[in-house]
Amino acid sequence: MKNDLLNSLEDEAIYIMREVAGQFKNPVLLFSGGKDSITLVRLAQKAFAPGKIPFPLLHIDTGHNFPETIAFRDRLAKQLGADLIVRYVQDSIDQGKVVEETGAMASRNSLQTVTLLDAIEEFGFDACIGGARRDEEKARAKERVFSVRDAFGQWDEKRQRPELFDLLNGRIHPGENVRVFPISNWTELDVWKYIQREELEIPSIYFAHQREVFQLNGQLIPRSDFIDEVVQADIQTRWVRFRTVGDITCTAAVPSEANSLDSVIFEISQSKVSERGARLDDKRSEAAMEERKKAGYF
Amino acid sequence: MDLLKIATAGSVDDGKSTLIGRLMYEAGALKQDQLQHIEQKSRKSGYDYLDFSLATDGLLAEREQGITIDVSHIYFSTPSRRFVIADSPGHVEYTRNMITGASTANLSLILVDARKGITAQTRRHFYISCLLGIKQVVLCINKMDLVDYSESRFNEIVTAFSEMADQLCPKKLNITSIPVSALHGENIATNSELMPWYKEPALLPLLESVKTETNIEQDTVFQVQYVLRPKTNELHDYRAYLGKVRSGVLRTGDPVVVYPEGQETRVKQLEQYGERVEEVQAGVNCSVMLEGEFGISRGQILAGTTNRLQGLQQIKATICWMDNAVLTPGKVCWLQYGTQMVKAKIQQLNALVDTSTFESAENPEQFALNDIGEVSIQLASRLFVQPYLESRANGAFILIDNMSNTTAGVGFIR
Repeated sequence: MKNDLLNSLEDEAIYIMREVAGQFKNPVLLFSGGKDSITLVRLAQKAFAPGKIPFPLLHIDTGHNFPETIAFRDRLAKQLGADLIVRYVQDSIDQGKVVEETGAMASRNSLQTVTLLDAIEEFGFDACIGGARRDEEKARAKERVFSVRDAFGQWDEKRQRPELFDLLNGRIHPGENVRVFPISNWTELDVWKYIQREELEIPSIYFAHQREVFQLNGQLIPRSDFIDEVVQADIQTRWVRFRTVGDITCTAAVPSEANSLDSVIFEISQSKVSERGARLDDKRSEAAMEERKKAGYF
Repeated sequence: MDLLKIATAGSVDDGKSTLIGRLMYEAGALKQDQLQHIEQKSRKSGYDYLDFSLATDGLLAEREQGITIDVSHIYFSTPSRRFVIADSPGHVEYTRNMITGASTANLSLILVDARKGITAQTRRHFYISCLLGIKQVVLCINKMDLVDYSESRFNEIVTAFSEMADQLCPKKLNITSIPVSALHGENIATNSELMPWYKEPALLPLLESVKTETNIEQDTVFQVQYVLRPKTNELHDYRAYLGKVRSGVLRTGDPVVVYPEGQETRVKQLEQYGERVEEVQAGVNCSVMLEGEFGISRGQILAGTTNRLQGLQQIKATICWMDNAVLTPGKVCWLQYGTQMVKAKIQQLNALVDTSTFESAENPEQFALNDIGEVSIQLASRLFVQPYLESRANGAFILIDNMSNTTAGVGFIR
């Protein structure tokens, strides 16, 4: 028997996808190659079956990727016959629009906002579908399904529209755009169960593998060329997997031997640490996420 | 596993955040890192207990003020059920947030401070719960530790509440009252030894067993969201209407009426996400193919033939005004009903309700932010709606300001 909860979450998400197609002229789906955006792609596929997904996919490439995710991204786009647009943070740096962070643990995570806003302007996107979920983080718990951003991409919680029933108000002024979050009401575990039910392929880094890591503030950081050699002391090879896939510089690994969907789902349901506990970008300050959102971050 | 959506309402000091944090803790939904955070913060603030409200209070400004401002969505599960709590502030200034949070709720959780009893805010929360047609109400009488776990105090409040319910909501509601102490965890997950006189289930088991209602028993209504015409070589003549069955059940072969035109036809084929299905129930999306050719577009309705829908160009509704700019008669705005958008003119403000006394003033001059009252609306084209209290799925709409595009109000057809 199908899981009632997953069916109702899927119905809600597909309803939102169809509202995007019905209300906007030029939507785009933000695709990172992570499990949440893979779920979004599946939902979009089902929403418009047997037709094709009626909007392109956009990836903001920080250059600090897990190589596995990029290979995966290209393969999926090809399979779907989807239009994949890639824009690079490196270009924004080269154009002098952003300045690379300095310091041992410098990250490009917050720089991608500028590249994203430029891409939105370049293509005139009026709706950007993203995979944020309300259970990820407290500031996201108040996010709307249709989240209006001004011409500078800024989120202002006081300007957010009340959302009642399933009535989604996507009316905007020229230059504004709406961030749309179809899986707002899903939890991490729901996403995994959906991936299992739909038999979706996901990047290998979500499963246990041997990797060179080093310890920092009690977390396991993957060894990479983007982090100062000095910090990367005491490199050990360990069995790990990733719970989220962000920049390689700000995503911590968890010790794990879960090598199948079943064992990953079991591990998460038993886990004592929340998902974003492994995201260094949230740990910078208590209100890290909220501050980045105000600046136009996803 | 199924889903229960809970709307909470409680005054600033009734301990609502604490109650929710405590529920999450008892359900095992707080992770180790969250618990550590709560322990650290509680110690730092000098409390001799764990401040579970820290689990839910979200935005910066709120933490500074120590109150919750917006609607916050909180998720947790037990083996039998997923809970979504829409937590909104209790104060009158946040009426619109309460209505927003409660709009999709199956159950309304009303929190009362045992020392204070029924207050103006309790009445307001209950009014909103009734306005939204929420049938399941749980009255949580909190801070029982501060009234010595007194049964007579509990009974006093229960009696006062049921008198109020009879006055406001003659329709049958399912009200359950529970004495709790959120701070000490009494009657939350298991029955409290300090209140042996209370024999009914504790809060969490109650929430796990409450029945939810569906719209399946009602007349069938389907509204078009998107017309799918892939126009590829293989799918050259494919045309399907994508949308949600808002109420009732839609089956292959069913006769349906196309609104607003009123032509009758039949459902030729039903698909769900590209696969053929025989029937689709309320709340579920599908793709509908009809017999015959119709130029149907987004917002139009397909409905069963049992009872014809009434097309109205003049409606009366109870609205809650949600915009900072006041509403005066004559205002023109957009009205969104499901996926349909119509120009609307608020012709007259008939009455303004005081939600804490349930009294209304006739013919007010204006509605300000958070005001609730009855209005007459003229529409540019017909709307096929049902009274909200007969159909929660087909009786609500929002009003959108045609200059700012913001959602300026919500309405319930009378």
